[in-house]
Amino acid sequence: MCMDLWFCPGPAGRCLLLGEGGASHQFSVVPPPPPPPHLQELRRSASLANKVFIQRDYSEGTACRFQTKFPSELESRIERTLFEDTVKTLNTFYTEAEKIGGQSYLEGCLACATAYLIFLCMETRYEKVLKKIAKYIQEQNEKIYAPRGLLITDPIERGMRVIEVSIYEDRGSSGSSSGSSSVSVSTAR
Amino acid sequence: MITRKVRKWERLPGKNTFCCDGRVMMARQKGVFYLTMFLIMGTCSLFFAFECPYLAVHLSPAIPVFAVLLFLFVMAMLLRTSFSDPGVLPRALPEEAAFIEMEIEAANGNVPAGQRPPPRIRNVQINNQIVKLKYCYTCKIFRPPRASHCSICDNCVDRFDHHCPWVGNCVGKRNYRYFYLFTLSLSLLTIYIFAFDIVHVVMRSVDKGFLNTLQETPGTYPLSVLVCFFTLWSVVGLTGFHTYLISLNQTTNEDIKGSWSGKNRVQNPYSHKNIIKNCCEVLCGPAYPSVLDRRGLMPEESSSALTSFAPSSTSIPAPQTTKTTAPLIPNEHTPDDVKPSIAASAEKTSSHKAKSPPPKEEQPPLPTVPPLASPETDAETSISKDKMY
Repeated sequence: MCMDLWFCPGPAGRCLLLGEGGASHQFSVVPPPPPPPHLQELRRSASLANKVFIQRDYSEGTACRFQTKFPSELESRIERTLFEDTVKTLNTFYTEAEKIGGQSYLEGCLACATAYLIFLCMETRYEKVLKKIAKYIQEQNEKIYAPRGLLITDPIERGMRVIEVSIYEDRGSSGSSSGSSSVSVSTAR
Repeated sequence: MITRKVRKWERLPGKNTFCCDGRVMMARQKGVFYLTMFLIMGTCSLFFAFECPYLAVHLSPAIPVFAVLLFLFVMAMLLRTSFSDPGVLPRALPEEAAFIEMEIEAANGNVPAGQRPPPRIRNVQINNQIVKLKYCYTCKIFRPPRASHCSICDNCVDRFDHHCPWVGNCVGKRNYRYFYLFTLSLSLLTIYIFAFDIVHVVMRSVDKGFLNTLQETPGTYPLSVLVCFFTLWSVVGLTGFHTYLISLNQTTNEDIKGSWSGKNRVQNPYSHKNIIKNCCEVLCGPAYPSVLDRRGLMPEESSSALTSFAPSSTSIPAPQTTKTTAPLIPNEHTPDDVKPSIAASAEKTSSHKAKSPPPKEEQPPLPTVPPLASPETDAETSISKDKMY
């Protein structure tokens, strides 16, 4: 078990490196598949070095959007285009979820007519999109980010405020960047 | 080994009370909420018991049926407003708080000793309007636009409208439409009951004379009519006020503070400049999910059963209580621990303020740490000074 993973990025369902199943966020019911072999390798050899937080972009109002500016800490780890694509896709998902149009009116009117009791049995459109986002992030982590020693946390785990990107250093490497930054991020749990 | 499953709501900071294993979320003081329930249920039961039989027979049975439906709708909206998460923003975890601190330090540069660091504000441009995002010292985040910190519930709430003691909860992004529908339907119910009270009295008086009518049905009128009369003025007025706010896409908080009052050419950047569009956005927008995971399981409790790899994990009950090494402000898990270094100056303007930070308890290892930001440098006080011009 990886002892240096102080910050398991969320409820068990999200953490690919620890590979735990179990209860996750309230809307997600599908337990994650066991991590592929290369992620298990990463688990044995990686230690958390740093975290980067992608902030929200409020230039178009209060709708959920994240900044596509490429952080400097990731320059050596991942190609700019891959990262920007991920953020842009997430932004389109959120725009779709928050779109005010025919479907949201219908949903709202139907719900109001039933005094919103229908939400007890029906999933809202936003929740459906959130499930798609969770699946997308898991896919991206498996295919793109984990092989590069990175891990993206679903924004909903952080209050939809930030996209948290965890940077892992190979334990076997002589990289000293994990040294000083882990002082400021290490906490007792 | 069997460990009790601890759900996240049991460890959430803030002054909320939770019921039904985290499904219900309310403020701490619920007395006025019980009064609201009592008034509504009491008045309606008097109406159903004493007046509906007469009206059903002499006018139409549809009258009590419609009253029952309206009453059920009012109760559903009230409970939905009171029990749901208003849009609470979870507090920043230590790494996020550290990241924000580093960004702030980088932006401020070196502050000479003895000088106050500049207030923690971030400027964003929304629809060609500069909006200042303020830093919340309690939650350690830059509040999103339209969010505000409720001092009664000790949470930052997204699209904060106001804290309503009548519903026993904050009114924010997630439950504003239920609150509005509650006030609207309650106005209709009050008008309905008031009108049919009068119809009832008139009809009986026509039959038997006014004084005889009062003698026959003494109990209901003073109470029902009195309650309806006062409720009418207050609730109908409130509904009208919120209709006005919705048509302008403003919150009560913004209205009280005069954020978009037009002074200095500031305009509401969130308004679509079209009443219908504004109403549609507020009332027919998507149902936002709660970002506060109340019913999720706490990771330590479940992982301690699986492994014994991290001995420190079992000794600390919750991640939010971790103390980080400076340069951070020590994490304020419980408000009772806070001893503000500067008393009372934080209470200058509105009641929805961030708490003043506690005095530092640990020596920072890095000598370049700016002094702890105090309420004098707090963004709100500097903005309120700006507004005085």
